[in-house]
Amino acid sequence: MIPSSLAIELASALCIAFSGAPGLLRRSGATGQAIATALNGAGSALGLAGLYLLARSGEPETALIGLLPVGRVSFALDALSALFLIPILVISALGSIYGSSYWRQREHPANGRGLRFWWGIMTASMMAVVLADDAVLFLVAWEVMALAAFFLICTEDEQPEVRRASWIYLVATHAGTLCLIAFFSLLGHAQGSFSLWPRLPDEAPSWLPTALFALGITGFGFKAGLIPLHVWLPGAHANAPSHVSALLSGVLLKVGIYGVVRVCGLLAAPPAWWGGVLIGLGVLSGVLGIALAMAQQDVKRLLAYSSIENIGIVVIGVGLASLGRSLGLAELVTLGLGGALFHVLSHSLMKPLLFLSAGSLLHATGTRQISALGGLARTMPKTFALFAVGALAICGLPPLNGFVSELLLFVGLLRAAVLDGASDWAWVALAAPALALIGALAAATFVKVMGIAFSGAARTQAAARAHDPGLGMLAPMFALASGCILIGLVPDIAIALLRGALATWGPRRTAATPSLEALVSLNWISAGGVLLIAGAVLIAAAFRRRLSQHPTVVTWDCGYAAPTPRMQYVDSSFSDTLVGLFHWVVRSRQTPVKLAGPFPVATRFQITVPDAALDHIVLPLLRGADRSLSRLRVLQRGPVQMYLLYVLFAVVALLLVAR
Amino acid sequence: MTQGVTPLIHFVVLLVLPPLLLGVVNKTKAWFAGRKGPPLLQPYFDLVRLFRKEMVFSETTTWVFRSGPLVTLSGVVLAGALLPFGAFDAPVQFTGDLVLFASLMALGRFFTAAAALDTGSAFEGMGAAREVSFACLAEVALFTGFVVLVRFSGSLSLTPMLHAPMYLPLQGMSAAALFLVALAFFVVLLTESSRVPIDDPNTHLELTMIHEVMVLDHSGPLLGLVLYSAAIKMFLLSAAILHLALPFTLGVSPFDWFVFVAGVLAMAVGIGVVESSMARLRLRNVPSLLVASAVLCVIGFVLIL
Repeated sequence: MIPSSLAIELASALCIAFSGAPGLLRRSGATGQAIATALNGAGSALGLAGLYLLARSGEPETALIGLLPVGRVSFALDALSALFLIPILVISALGSIYGSSYWRQREHPANGRGLRFWWGIMTASMMAVVLADDAVLFLVAWEVMALAAFFLICTEDEQPEVRRASWIYLVATHAGTLCLIAFFSLLGHAQGSFSLWPRLPDEAPSWLPTALFALGITGFGFKAGLIPLHVWLPGAHANAPSHVSALLSGVLLKVGIYGVVRVCGLLAAPPAWWGGVLIGLGVLSGVLGIALAMAQQDVKRLLAYSSIENIGIVVIGVGLASLGRSLGLAELVTLGLGGALFHVLSHSLMKPLLFLSAGSLLHATGTRQISALGGLARTMPKTFALFAVGALAICGLPPLNGFVSELLLFVGLLRAAVLDGASDWAWVALAAPALALIGALAAATFVKVMGIAFSGAARTQAAARAHDPGLGMLAPMFALASGCILIGLVPDIAIALLRGALATWGPRRTAATPSLEALVSLNWISAGGVLLIAGAVLIAAAFRRRLSQHPTVVTWDCGYAAPTPRMQYVDSSFSDTLVGLFHWVVRSRQTPVKLAGPFPVATRFQITVPDAALDHIVLPLLRGADRSLSRLRVLQRGPVQMYLLYVLFAVVALLLVAR
Repeated sequence: MTQGVTPLIHFVVLLVLPPLLLGVVNKTKAWFAGRKGPPLLQPYFDLVRLFRKEMVFSETTTWVFRSGPLVTLSGVVLAGALLPFGAFDAPVQFTGDLVLFASLMALGRFFTAAAALDTGSAFEGMGAAREVSFACLAEVALFTGFVVLVRFSGSLSLTPMLHAPMYLPLQGMSAAALFLVALAFFVVLLTESSRVPIDDPNTHLELTMIHEVMVLDHSGPLLGLVLYSAAIKMFLLSAAILHLALPFTLGVSPFDWFVFVAGVLAMAVGIGVVESSMARLRLRNVPSLLVASAVLCVIGFVLIL
């Protein structure tokens, strides 16, 4: 008998999985699209209702189901899975609504049906990943998820750039899966069964946890996009349709984080260096991710790099929690994991919001180049306002949701400097200035996007003619923006969702274990936010007449009376100082300007920002591997009979070994 | 005087005193240059004049441009409520208020830069770019200083944290660490309030300015709000450094207030002296100065580790 909430979740996953299927039957018509959206929305509502039931009962649930061909598979639903299900359900439903206007069947007859089909499959497989309770099911769901994401990314496969990005993604995800297969084999070997996420027995050999940690962090790190495993991420996010980018960035990366959190939970008291390594990786991803984002000229690539940064912030929190667990400091666990999971929730609201806004922008102007835009604040005021909310939130500025998670992490990291039990690890407090650097760089990056793409005067005809999208696209964005504001002003809502997850993962609770509310005063955050807004409104009220009635003139340009839009600052000039500071990682290239003669003549100047990690490290490595391993090609001839023979040999060899 | 009056005085000082600092800085600079200089109260007269004027807007601007100064002022006043003045506690204190303090400053910067870009002027874009770039490094120095202070005081709230030098013994290592933090914070103060050697508030050339060029298009009350917020920001950072420079209390509240006001004004004289005796750094050298101040704080942290 399957317990109730889990049964509802599975029903919801099935409903979403097949939401795109009816549309496959008929070649034309918007009916399939409407059915897909309706089924997806209904499935998500059902899933959220199931989560509500779970929260009411508060008991984790497990179920064994006989399912061919993998035999009996087991599912489990605990508070941590439930927390990760929320963004999956919400973003899938909102993205599907957005998609029904953004990717209309009429306008995309060739790939619209496939996109909706894989959208449902991907959502359901992500649900299966977080619900899985045995390794085989987990890996199958993981692989389905990876393939569905591949088909979503290569929706517009007629473009070479899209094909390239999808292949890189496919290679990266399989490299990650290989690590995970090794991880689960080791785990299964150590405990004698394939049940998932056990606490490892104490008598396990000492190398085992280290090997598991390395494999798990690499495998899940590929999916989460941790630097240096991020190479697939920018291209995939930039070239997928925007609502797919929202799903990838808002949810898929979080599934990787789910894995990282579970890996760190394998031991009751992990070695302290796990936490140190994670904090180091998080700082690296955060700082380099946002430095690379700063340099980008394509708005969707910029958002993709910013996702790497946010994953870094989350990993800093997970590392802090892991450290707290090693040292037996419940405070660090609560603040670190609380901050990380809060940031997972916040980022899964604000990043899809930003990607959907970027989608509207792309829809209206046909370009992703920031320097080709401008003036959209007046031609697309609603999109701009929604984008501004997302931008403020992602910079971690009050009074929005990003601030709350950063506050929790700052308090946790600074706390590490003063707790008695953490005296050997006090230096991790230096991650706090790194977090501050990340926040300030994020502010610089998003001021750039807001200021260059949306403000000022239109630089091209396309930008001047742009207009806000219809309600179908605005409504999901509006819902996400309201979520950001609501959680920012009343963080208790999100904290209530975290409480169960913190209890499941944290060390055994005692009466002395502090709750998140006791460690950080949430009331003052709410009060601060309200006072901030009230203050601004009061000052505006004092000058309201003169703010509304006023003469307008041309912008002051040093006395020059007829400035043209092309004289405005562009994104590359805006980020030049910071790109200069980070040139050792960003590696932007400038074509030198040729000056000839005393009088000005037409000339060209170009700045390009290549994917340094991909072009200079990964691709040469792969090419080298290709060259040195090409002799093994003799084994790869093509006929199926050969491969069957290999399988036979492998089985015989295994039987001999295992005899 | 009873305890209940202290928050009231706190807000009065917070709202009234800041423009005087600008007056003192200008007077000091005039004295160095052998001029008579504007009256000490000139910044107040300027504010009153600006608040009574009409406003003119550029035709490219939107709500971002209008809301910039409003949000900035609201943010710095709120930040002022979190900071203890002299020997007195802040009206509002809670764990982690130092993060809110820094974030409110950052919020003001975000809006000021966004408002500058809203005009579509290349000069203002240039100023905004410099402001946000240097702020990244200033923020690092500020937070590294916070790490040292948190380590020293064992507290994560501004009031107990900044009052710790008053009560805790200052031995060799910790005194040296606090001195380094004070030095770094002074650089942050000069950066955040756009003074020489990072920025020059008096220049007439748009190409060389940072903060002033961002507000070229603001006029009337909005410009007044911008100037007022900048003064409050300078006042707050001076007040924060004062805790490290004058860590004592007389125990009698009128005297303590006197010491505080005199200390803040002395800090303004110090800014004026720096401004009169130094040239502005070349812009490409500013990051080195800021990184150096962050490194000073890291050294301070290592000293008390």
